[in-house]
Amino acid sequence: MSAVVLADLAYWQVSILRVLGLLAAVLLPAGTIVYLFLFKMMSFMQSRLGPMEAGPYGSMQLLAEVGKWLQKEDLFPNGADRRVFAWAPIVVVASTFIMYTVVPFGPDAWFADIPTGIYFALAVSSVSVIGILMAGWASANKYSLMGGLRSAGQLIAYELPLVLAVLGVVIQAGTMNMQGIVEAQRNGEMFGVGFIGNPYIITQFVGFAVFMIAMQAELTQPPFDMPVAESELVAGYMTEYSGFRFLLFFIGEYATAGAFSAIAAVLFLGGWALPGIGFDADIMNLLGPLVMLTKMMLIVFLVMWFRFTYPRFREDQLQIFAWKYLIPVSLVNIAVTAVLKVAF
Amino acid sequence: MVAQNIFFAIIALAMVASAVRVVTSKNILHAALYLVVVLAGIAAQFIITGAEFTGVTQVLVYIGAVLVLFLFGIMLTRARIGREESVDGDRRWLAGVVALLLFAVMAYALVDAFDTEALDAQNALEPQSTQMVSDAIFHDYLIPFEAVSFLLLAALIGAIVVARKE
Repeated sequence: MSAVVLADLAYWQVSILRVLGLLAAVLLPAGTIVYLFLFKMMSFMQSRLGPMEAGPYGSMQLLAEVGKWLQKEDLFPNGADRRVFAWAPIVVVASTFIMYTVVPFGPDAWFADIPTGIYFALAVSSVSVIGILMAGWASANKYSLMGGLRSAGQLIAYELPLVLAVLGVVIQAGTMNMQGIVEAQRNGEMFGVGFIGNPYIITQFVGFAVFMIAMQAELTQPPFDMPVAESELVAGYMTEYSGFRFLLFFIGEYATAGAFSAIAAVLFLGGWALPGIGFDADIMNLLGPLVMLTKMMLIVFLVMWFRFTYPRFREDQLQIFAWKYLIPVSLVNIAVTAVLKVAF
Repeated sequence: MVAQNIFFAIIALAMVASAVRVVTSKNILHAALYLVVVLAGIAAQFIITGAEFTGVTQVLVYIGAVLVLFLFGIMLTRARIGREESVDGDRRWLAGVVALLLFAVMAYALVDAFDTEALDAQNALEPQSTQMVSDAIFHDYLIPFEAVSFLLLAALIGAIVVARKE
Protein backbone atom coordinates (compact mmCIF):
# COMPACT_ATOMS: atom_id res chain seq x y z
CA MET A 1 0.00 0.00 0.00
CA SER A 2 2.47 2.57 1.17
CA ALA A 3 4.96 1.44 -1.46
CA VAL A 4 2.40 2.30 -4.14
CA VAL A 5 1.66 5.68 -2.61
CA LEU A 6 5.33 6.54 -2.14
CA ALA A 7 6.18 5.66 -5.74
CA ASP A 8 4.00 8.55 -6.99
CA LEU A 9 5.74 11.20 -4.86
CA ALA A 10 8.86 13.17 -5.61
CA TYR A 11 12.01 12.59 -3.59
CA TRP A 12 11.60 15.73 -1.49
CA GLN A 13 7.98 14.84 -0.67
CA VAL A 14 9.02 11.38 0.47
CA SER A 15 11.79 12.96 2.53
CA ILE A 16 9.35 15.30 4.29
CA LEU A 17 7.05 12.37 5.04
CA ARG A 18 10.01 10.43 6.41
CA VAL A 19 11.05 13.29 8.70
CA LEU A 20 7.49 13.62 10.02
CA GLY A 21 7.29 9.85 10.49
CA LEU A 22 10.59 9.83 12.36
CA LEU A 23 9.43 12.64 14.65
CA ALA A 24 6.27 10.67 15.41
CA ALA A 25 8.22 7.43 15.88
CA VAL A 26 10.59 9.10 18.36
CA LEU A 27 8.27 11.40 20.28
CA LEU A 28 5.10 9.27 20.61
CA PRO A 29 6.76 6.33 22.42
CA ALA A 30 8.83 8.75 24.53
CA GLY A 31 5.70 10.63 25.63
CA THR A 32 3.81 7.40 26.29
CA ILE A 33 6.69 6.09 28.39
CA VAL A 34 6.88 9.24 30.49
CA TYR A 35 3.12 9.46 31.10
CA LEU A 36 2.38 5.77 31.56
CA PHE A 37 5.39 4.73 33.60
CA LEU A 38 7.11 7.79 35.06
CA PHE A 39 3.91 9.62 36.04
CA LYS A 40 1.35 6.89 36.63
CA MET A 41 3.06 3.56 37.33
CA MET A 42 5.61 5.08 39.71
CA SER A 43 2.81 6.87 41.57
CA PHE A 44 0.71 3.73 41.92
CA MET A 45 3.71 1.76 43.17
CA GLN A 46 4.18 4.46 45.81
CA SER A 47 0.46 4.51 46.78
CA ARG A 48 -0.35 7.92 45.35
CA LEU A 49 -2.29 9.16 42.34
CA GLY A 50 0.30 11.12 40.40
CA PRO A 51 -0.77 14.01 38.16
CA MET A 52 -4.59 14.26 38.07
CA GLU A 53 -5.40 17.90 37.26
CA ALA A 54 -4.29 18.46 33.65
CA GLY A 55 -6.84 16.67 31.45
CA PRO A 56 -8.61 13.39 32.30
CA TYR A 57 -6.38 11.38 34.68
CA GLY A 58 -3.66 13.96 34.12
CA SER A 59 -3.11 12.84 30.53
CA MET A 60 -2.30 16.40 29.39
CA GLN A 61 0.37 16.77 32.08
CA LEU A 62 3.07 16.11 29.50
CA LEU A 63 2.05 19.14 27.41
CA ALA A 64 2.05 21.26 30.55
CA GLU A 65 5.57 20.05 31.38
CA VAL A 66 6.86 20.84 27.90
CA GLY A 67 5.28 24.29 28.07
CA LYS A 68 6.90 24.88 31.44
CA TRP A 69 10.39 23.93 30.23
CA LEU A 70 10.09 25.99 27.05
CA GLN A 71 9.26 29.11 29.06
CA LYS A 72 12.37 28.89 31.23
CA GLU A 73 15.49 30.88 30.56
CA ASP A 74 18.28 29.21 28.59
CA LEU A 75 20.98 29.64 31.26
CA PHE A 76 24.71 29.34 30.65
CA PRO A 77 26.80 29.05 33.82
CA ASN A 78 29.59 31.56 34.38
CA GLY A 79 32.85 30.12 33.07
CA ALA A 80 31.20 27.44 30.99
CA ASP A 81 32.44 26.63 27.51
CA ARG A 82 29.40 28.04 25.73
CA ARG A 83 29.64 26.32 22.36
CA VAL A 84 30.33 22.84 23.74
CA PHE A 85 27.69 23.37 26.44
CA ALA A 86 25.10 24.32 23.82
CA TRP A 87 25.86 21.42 21.47
CA ALA A 88 25.99 18.60 24.03
CA PRO A 89 22.21 17.92 24.32
CA ILE A 90 21.85 18.08 20.54
CA VAL A 91 24.49 15.36 20.09
CA VAL A 92 22.63 13.12 22.56
CA VAL A 93 19.23 13.63 20.91
CA ALA A 94 20.64 13.24 17.39
CA SER A 95 22.13 9.86 18.21
CA THR A 96 18.71 8.70 19.45
CA PHE A 97 16.95 9.90 16.30
CA ILE A 98 19.42 8.11 14.05
CA MET A 99 18.95 4.87 16.02
CA TYR A 100 15.27 4.82 15.03
CA THR A 101 16.02 4.95 11.30
CA VAL A 102 16.84 1.24 11.04
CA VAL A 103 13.95 -0.11 13.14
CA PRO A 104 11.21 -1.72 11.00
CA PHE A 105 7.58 -1.07 12.00
CA GLY A 106 5.98 -2.97 9.10
CA PRO A 107 6.82 -4.55 5.73
CA ASP A 108 7.25 -1.10 4.15
CA ALA A 109 7.01 1.09 7.25
CA TRP A 110 10.64 1.87 7.97
CA PHE A 111 13.08 4.61 7.20
CA ALA A 112 16.24 3.04 5.82
CA ASP A 113 16.94 -0.48 4.55
CA ILE A 114 20.48 -0.92 5.78
CA PRO A 115 21.98 -4.43 5.46
CA THR A 116 23.95 -3.98 8.69
CA GLY A 117 20.93 -2.53 10.54
CA ILE A 118 21.41 -3.73 14.12
CA TYR A 119 25.16 -3.07 14.00
CA PHE A 120 24.45 0.45 12.76
CA ALA A 121 21.95 1.10 15.58
CA LEU A 122 24.39 -0.05 18.27
CA ALA A 123 27.24 1.98 16.77
CA VAL A 124 25.13 5.14 16.65
CA SER A 125 23.87 4.63 20.21
CA SER A 126 27.48 4.75 21.42
CA VAL A 127 27.85 8.31 20.07
CA SER A 128 25.63 9.70 22.84
CA VAL A 129 28.50 9.13 25.30
CA ILE A 130 30.37 11.95 23.54
CA GLY A 131 27.45 14.31 24.17
CA ILE A 132 27.33 13.34 27.84
CA LEU A 133 31.08 13.88 28.26
CA MET A 134 30.76 17.25 26.48
CA ALA A 135 27.98 18.29 28.85
CA GLY A 136 29.91 17.17 31.93
CA TRP A 137 33.06 19.01 30.97
CA ALA A 138 31.58 22.21 29.55
CA SER A 139 29.44 22.95 32.61
CA ALA A 140 32.54 23.99 34.61
CA ASN A 141 31.11 22.25 37.65
CA LYS A 142 32.70 19.44 39.67
CA TYR A 143 29.44 17.56 40.09
CA SER A 144 28.84 17.68 36.35
CA LEU A 145 32.36 16.50 35.57
CA MET A 146 32.09 13.58 38.01
CA GLY A 147 28.70 12.68 36.53
CA GLY A 148 30.09 12.78 33.00
CA LEU A 149 33.06 10.59 33.90
CA ARG A 150 30.96 8.03 35.78
CA SER A 151 28.53 7.96 32.92
CA ALA A 152 31.25 7.37 30.32
CA GLY A 153 32.81 4.59 32.40
CA GLN A 154 29.46 2.90 32.83
CA LEU A 155 28.39 3.21 29.20
CA ILE A 156 31.69 1.80 27.92
CA ALA A 157 31.52 -1.12 30.36
CA TYR A 158 27.94 -2.07 29.46
CA GLU A 159 28.23 -1.52 25.72
CA LEU A 160 30.26 -4.72 25.44
CA PRO A 161 27.65 -7.10 26.94
CA LEU A 162 24.97 -5.25 24.93
CA VAL A 163 26.73 -5.93 21.62
CA LEU A 164 27.72 -9.46 22.63
CA ALA A 165 24.13 -10.31 23.62
CA VAL A 166 22.94 -9.17 20.19
CA LEU A 167 25.50 -11.41 18.48
CA GLY A 168 23.66 -14.57 19.58
CA VAL A 169 20.54 -13.38 17.74
CA VAL A 170 22.55 -12.39 14.69
CA ILE A 171 24.16 -15.84 14.54
CA GLN A 172 20.80 -17.56 14.85
CA ALA A 173 19.04 -15.35 12.29
CA GLY A 174 22.02 -15.33 9.93
CA THR A 175 21.58 -11.63 9.14
CA MET A 176 22.23 -8.21 10.69
CA ASN A 177 19.35 -6.61 8.80
CA MET A 178 16.53 -5.94 11.25
CA GLN A 179 13.80 -6.76 8.73
CA GLY A 180 15.67 -10.03 8.07
CA ILE A 181 15.67 -10.79 11.81
CA VAL A 182 11.88 -10.24 11.96
CA GLU A 183 11.43 -12.54 8.97
CA ALA A 184 13.71 -15.22 10.43
CA GLN A 185 11.66 -15.28 13.65
CA ARG A 186 8.35 -15.31 11.79
CA ASN A 187 9.34 -18.19 9.52
CA GLY A 188 11.26 -20.06 12.21
CA GLU A 189 10.07 -23.23 13.88
CA MET A 190 10.58 -24.71 17.32
CA PHE A 191 10.82 -28.51 17.23
CA GLY A 192 8.64 -28.57 14.12
CA VAL A 193 5.97 -26.31 15.65
CA GLY A 194 5.81 -23.18 13.51
CA PHE A 195 2.47 -21.52 14.03
CA ILE A 196 3.82 -18.70 16.22
CA GLY A 197 7.22 -18.68 14.57
CA ASN A 198 10.29 -18.69 16.75
CA PRO A 199 10.62 -15.56 18.87
CA TYR A 200 14.23 -15.50 20.02
CA ILE A 201 13.30 -14.74 23.60
CA ILE A 202 12.88 -18.52 23.95
CA THR A 203 16.00 -19.82 22.22
CA GLN A 204 18.13 -16.80 23.16
CA PHE A 205 16.85 -16.29 26.67
CA VAL A 206 20.36 -15.77 28.07
CA GLY A 207 20.99 -13.15 25.41
CA PHE A 208 17.68 -11.48 26.25
CA ALA A 209 18.50 -11.34 29.96
CA VAL A 210 21.97 -9.90 29.33
CA PHE A 211 20.53 -7.43 26.82
CA MET A 212 17.90 -6.22 29.28
CA ILE A 213 20.46 -5.70 32.07
CA ALA A 214 22.91 -3.93 29.77
CA MET A 215 20.07 -1.82 28.36
CA GLN A 216 19.07 -0.74 31.87
CA ALA A 217 22.66 0.37 32.42
CA GLU A 218 22.95 2.10 29.04
CA LEU A 219 19.83 4.09 29.86
CA THR A 220 21.35 4.98 33.28
CA GLN A 221 18.08 3.95 34.92
CA PRO A 222 18.26 2.85 38.57
CA PRO A 223 19.79 0.57 39.87
CA PHE A 224 22.47 1.75 37.43
CA ASP A 225 22.03 5.49 38.03
CA MET A 226 25.43 6.31 39.57
CA PRO A 227 26.05 9.03 36.92
CA VAL A 228 23.02 11.05 38.05
CA ALA A 229 22.88 9.92 41.69
CA GLU A 230 20.92 12.83 43.13
CA SER A 231 22.10 12.39 46.72
CA GLU A 232 25.75 12.69 45.65
CA LEU A 233 25.92 14.58 42.38
CA VAL A 234 22.75 16.75 42.27
CA ALA A 235 21.90 15.61 38.71
CA GLY A 236 25.28 14.58 37.30
CA TYR A 237 26.09 15.95 33.87
CA MET A 238 22.64 17.60 33.63
CA THR A 239 23.11 19.73 36.77
CA GLU A 240 23.67 23.06 35.03
CA TYR A 241 21.12 22.65 32.27
CA SER A 242 17.81 24.44 32.24
CA GLY A 243 14.88 25.19 29.99
CA PHE A 244 14.98 23.97 26.40
CA ARG A 245 18.32 22.18 26.70
CA PHE A 246 17.26 20.27 29.81
CA LEU A 247 14.11 19.28 27.92
CA LEU A 248 16.31 17.89 25.11
CA PHE A 249 18.24 15.75 27.61
CA PHE A 250 14.97 14.60 29.14
CA ILE A 251 13.46 13.68 25.74
CA GLY A 252 16.75 12.04 24.82
CA GLU A 253 16.65 9.84 27.92
CA TYR A 254 13.15 8.48 27.30
CA ALA A 255 13.42 8.41 23.50
CA THR A 256 16.54 6.27 23.93
CA ALA A 257 14.53 4.01 26.22
CA GLY A 258 12.00 3.75 23.38
CA ALA A 259 14.73 3.05 20.80
CA PHE A 260 16.38 0.32 22.85
CA SER A 261 13.02 -1.28 23.63
CA ALA A 262 12.14 -1.20 19.90
CA ILE A 263 15.43 -2.96 19.16
CA ALA A 264 14.77 -5.52 21.90
CA ALA A 265 11.25 -6.07 20.53
CA VAL A 266 12.65 -6.73 17.05
CA LEU A 267 15.49 -8.94 18.25
CA PHE A 268 13.74 -11.05 20.86
CA LEU A 269 9.95 -10.68 20.60
CA GLY A 270 9.47 -11.11 16.87
CA GLY A 271 9.11 -7.46 15.88
CA TRP A 272 5.98 -6.27 14.13
CA ALA A 273 4.97 -9.61 12.58
CA LEU A 274 1.67 -11.26 13.54
CA PRO A 275 1.10 -14.99 13.06
CA GLY A 276 -1.55 -15.84 10.47
CA ILE A 277 -1.14 -12.65 8.40
CA GLY A 278 1.17 -12.73 5.41
CA PHE A 279 4.62 -11.22 5.78
CA ASP A 280 4.09 -8.67 3.01
CA ALA A 281 0.40 -8.00 3.67
CA ASP A 282 -0.40 -4.30 3.26
CA ILE A 283 -2.53 -4.23 6.41
CA MET A 284 0.63 -4.90 8.44
CA ASN A 285 1.84 -1.38 7.63
CA LEU A 286 -1.01 -0.18 9.86
CA LEU A 287 -1.07 -3.01 12.41
CA GLY A 288 2.72 -3.39 12.59
CA PRO A 289 3.40 -0.08 14.37
CA LEU A 290 0.69 -0.92 16.93
CA VAL A 291 2.16 -4.37 17.54
CA MET A 292 5.60 -2.81 17.90
CA LEU A 293 4.33 -0.15 20.30
CA THR A 294 2.71 -2.83 22.48
CA LYS A 295 5.89 -4.87 22.61
CA MET A 296 8.00 -1.77 23.27
CA MET A 297 5.79 -0.81 26.21
CA LEU A 298 6.08 -4.35 27.60
CA ILE A 299 9.87 -4.07 27.53
CA VAL A 300 9.89 -0.58 29.06
CA PHE A 301 7.52 -1.87 31.73
CA LEU A 302 10.20 -4.39 32.73
CA VAL A 303 12.86 -1.67 32.78
CA MET A 304 10.71 0.63 34.93
CA TRP A 305 9.70 -2.21 37.23
CA PHE A 306 13.36 -2.87 38.01
CA ARG A 307 13.96 0.86 38.25
CA PHE A 308 11.35 1.38 40.96
CA THR A 309 12.26 -1.79 42.84
CA TYR A 310 16.01 -2.03 43.38
CA PRO A 311 18.40 0.32 45.20
CA ARG A 312 21.45 1.80 43.50
CA PHE A 313 24.65 -0.15 42.79
CA ARG A 314 27.98 1.03 44.17
CA GLU A 315 30.50 2.08 41.50
CA ASP A 316 32.82 -0.93 42.01
CA GLN A 317 29.89 -3.39 42.11
CA LEU A 318 28.67 -1.89 38.87
CA GLN A 319 31.98 -2.40 37.06
CA ILE A 320 32.57 -5.88 38.51
CA PHE A 321 29.07 -6.94 37.46
CA ALA A 322 29.73 -5.94 33.84
CA TRP A 323 33.26 -7.26 33.42
CA LYS A 324 33.20 -10.38 35.57
CA TYR A 325 29.66 -11.66 35.05
CA LEU A 326 27.81 -10.24 32.06
CA ILE A 327 30.64 -10.38 29.52
CA PRO A 328 31.70 -14.00 30.28
CA VAL A 329 28.05 -15.12 30.27
CA SER A 330 27.40 -13.50 26.90
CA LEU A 331 30.64 -14.95 25.46
CA VAL A 332 29.55 -18.45 26.53
CA ASN A 333 26.14 -17.74 24.98
CA ILE A 334 27.79 -16.83 21.66
CA ALA A 335 29.95 -19.97 21.70
CA VAL A 336 26.99 -22.24 22.48
CA THR A 337 24.78 -20.56 19.84
CA ALA A 338 27.50 -20.89 17.21
CA VAL A 339 28.04 -24.59 17.99
CA LEU A 340 24.30 -25.33 17.91
CA LYS A 341 23.90 -23.35 14.67
CA VAL A 342 26.55 -25.51 12.98
CA ALA A 343 25.28 -28.73 14.58
CA PHE A 344 21.66 -28.31 13.44
CA MET B 1 27.27 9.45 -9.37
CA VAL B 2 27.24 13.25 -9.56
CA ALA B 3 25.37 13.57 -6.27
CA GLN B 4 27.95 11.31 -4.66
CA ASN B 5 30.79 13.47 -5.95
CA ILE B 6 29.14 16.61 -4.56
CA PHE B 7 28.62 15.08 -1.13
CA PHE B 8 32.13 13.66 -1.20
CA ALA B 9 33.48 17.18 -1.78
CA ILE B 10 31.32 18.76 0.94
CA ILE B 11 32.32 16.14 3.53
CA ALA B 12 35.96 16.27 2.47
CA LEU B 13 36.07 20.06 2.88
CA ALA B 14 34.48 19.83 6.33
CA MET B 15 36.99 17.14 7.26
CA VAL B 16 39.98 19.22 6.13
CA ALA B 17 38.70 22.27 8.01
CA SER B 18 38.18 20.23 11.18
CA ALA B 19 41.55 18.54 10.80
CA VAL B 20 43.24 21.95 10.64
CA ARG B 21 41.36 22.97 13.79
CA VAL B 22 42.53 19.78 15.54
CA VAL B 23 46.15 20.96 15.33
CA THR B 24 45.59 24.71 15.70
CA SER B 25 43.03 24.66 18.54
CA LYS B 26 44.40 26.07 21.79
CA ASN B 27 42.16 23.93 23.93
CA ILE B 28 43.02 20.25 24.06
CA LEU B 29 39.40 19.16 24.52
CA HIS B 30 38.25 21.22 21.55
CA ALA B 31 40.96 19.51 19.52
CA ALA B 32 39.59 16.11 20.55
CA LEU B 33 36.05 17.16 19.61
CA TYR B 34 37.22 18.35 16.18
CA LEU B 35 38.84 14.94 15.80
CA VAL B 36 35.37 13.44 16.33
CA VAL B 37 34.14 15.46 13.33
CA VAL B 38 37.05 14.24 11.19
CA LEU B 39 36.42 10.60 12.11
CA ALA B 40 32.67 10.94 11.53
CA GLY B 41 33.53 12.38 8.10
CA ILE B 42 35.65 9.30 7.33
CA ALA B 43 32.70 7.08 8.29
CA ALA B 44 30.44 9.11 5.99
CA GLN B 45 32.93 8.76 3.12
CA PHE B 46 33.02 4.99 3.63
CA ILE B 47 29.23 4.84 3.47
CA ILE B 48 29.11 7.04 0.33
CA THR B 49 31.54 4.73 -1.43
CA GLY B 50 29.43 1.69 -0.51
CA ALA B 51 31.74 0.28 2.18
CA GLU B 52 28.93 0.28 4.71
CA PHE B 53 30.31 -2.28 7.16
CA THR B 54 33.61 -0.43 7.36
CA GLY B 55 31.79 2.87 7.92
CA VAL B 56 29.71 1.52 10.79
CA THR B 57 32.80 -0.08 12.32
CA GLN B 58 34.53 3.29 12.07
CA VAL B 59 31.75 4.88 14.14
CA LEU B 60 31.64 2.10 16.71
CA VAL B 61 35.39 1.74 17.21
CA TYR B 62 36.80 5.23 16.69
CA ILE B 63 34.00 7.51 17.88
CA GLY B 64 32.28 5.16 20.32
CA ALA B 65 35.40 3.75 21.94
CA VAL B 66 38.76 5.33 21.07
CA LEU B 67 37.69 8.97 21.26
CA VAL B 68 35.57 8.39 24.33
CA LEU B 69 38.71 7.03 25.98
CA PHE B 70 40.64 10.10 24.75
CA LEU B 71 38.06 12.45 26.26
CA PHE B 72 37.92 10.36 29.42
CA GLY B 73 41.70 10.52 29.81
CA ILE B 74 41.88 14.25 29.09
CA MET B 75 39.12 15.01 31.60
CA LEU B 76 40.66 12.82 34.31
CA THR B 77 44.08 14.45 34.03
CA ARG B 78 43.85 18.07 32.85
CA ALA B 79 40.90 19.75 31.25
CA ARG B 80 40.82 23.49 31.72
CA ILE B 81 38.13 25.52 30.08
CA GLY B 82 39.54 28.26 27.88
CA ARG B 83 42.82 28.78 26.01
CA GLU B 84 46.00 27.02 27.00
CA GLU B 85 49.18 28.36 25.46
CA SER B 86 51.23 25.35 26.54
CA VAL B 87 49.36 23.02 24.15
CA ASP B 88 51.75 23.70 21.26
CA GLY B 89 54.86 21.55 21.69
CA ASP B 90 58.40 22.30 20.43
CA ARG B 91 58.30 19.32 18.13
CA ARG B 92 55.47 20.51 15.93
CA TRP B 93 57.82 21.23 13.01
CA LEU B 94 59.10 17.68 13.18
CA ALA B 95 55.49 16.50 13.20
CA GLY B 96 54.83 18.61 10.11
CA VAL B 97 57.76 16.98 8.31
CA VAL B 98 56.47 13.51 9.26
CA ALA B 99 52.99 14.41 7.98
CA LEU B 100 54.43 15.67 4.67
CA LEU B 101 56.49 12.49 4.26
CA LEU B 102 53.43 10.34 4.98
CA PHE B 103 51.41 12.31 2.44
CA ALA B 104 54.15 11.88 -0.17
CA VAL B 105 54.39 8.12 0.38
CA MET B 106 50.61 7.60 0.23
CA ALA B 107 50.16 9.85 -2.81
CA TYR B 108 52.98 8.04 -4.59
CA ALA B 109 51.51 4.64 -3.73
CA LEU B 110 48.05 5.62 -5.01
CA VAL B 111 49.33 7.20 -8.23
CA ASP B 112 51.68 4.27 -8.79
CA ALA B 113 48.92 1.71 -8.30
CA PHE B 114 46.12 3.30 -10.32
CA ASP B 115 47.78 5.97 -12.51
CA THR B 116 45.11 7.12 -14.98
CA GLU B 117 43.18 3.87 -14.90
CA ALA B 118 39.55 4.58 -14.07
CA LEU B 119 37.78 2.19 -11.75
CA ASP B 120 34.69 0.48 -13.11
CA ALA B 121 32.06 2.83 -11.65
CA GLN B 122 29.24 0.31 -11.62
CA ASN B 123 31.36 -2.32 -9.93
CA ALA B 124 32.96 0.05 -7.45
CA LEU B 125 29.61 1.39 -6.22
CA GLU B 126 28.12 -2.04 -5.66
CA PRO B 127 27.55 -2.07 -1.89
CA GLN B 128 30.03 -4.40 -0.31
CA SER B 129 28.12 -6.93 1.73
CA THR B 130 29.08 -7.96 5.23
CA GLN B 131 29.29 -11.51 3.94
CA MET B 132 32.03 -10.52 1.50
CA VAL B 133 34.01 -8.91 4.32
CA SER B 134 33.71 -11.95 6.56
CA ASP B 135 34.51 -14.33 3.69
CA ALA B 136 37.67 -12.37 2.98
CA ILE B 137 38.75 -12.22 6.63
CA PHE B 138 38.01 -15.81 7.59
CA HIS B 139 39.06 -17.44 4.33
CA ASP B 140 41.63 -15.56 2.29
CA TYR B 141 43.26 -13.62 5.13
CA LEU B 142 42.78 -16.07 7.98
CA ILE B 143 46.45 -16.27 9.00
CA PRO B 144 47.08 -12.49 9.07
CA PHE B 145 43.81 -12.10 10.99
CA GLU B 146 44.87 -14.66 13.59
CA ALA B 147 48.31 -13.05 13.83
CA VAL B 148 46.79 -9.64 14.44
CA SER B 149 44.40 -10.96 17.09
CA PHE B 150 47.31 -12.73 18.80
CA LEU B 151 49.28 -9.49 18.78
CA LEU B 152 46.33 -7.60 20.27
CA LEU B 153 45.90 -10.23 22.96
CA ALA B 154 49.59 -9.92 23.85
CA ALA B 155 49.25 -6.12 24.01
CA LEU B 156 46.19 -6.46 26.23
CA ILE B 157 47.94 -8.79 28.67
CA GLY B 158 51.01 -6.55 28.59
CA ALA B 159 48.90 -3.51 29.44
CA ILE B 160 47.34 -5.30 32.41
CA VAL B 161 50.75 -6.45 33.67
CA VAL B 162 52.21 -2.94 33.35
CA ALA B 163 49.19 -1.34 35.01
CA ARG B 164 49.13 -3.66 38.04
CA LYS B 165 52.74 -3.81 39.12
CA GLU B 166 52.28 -5.60 42.44
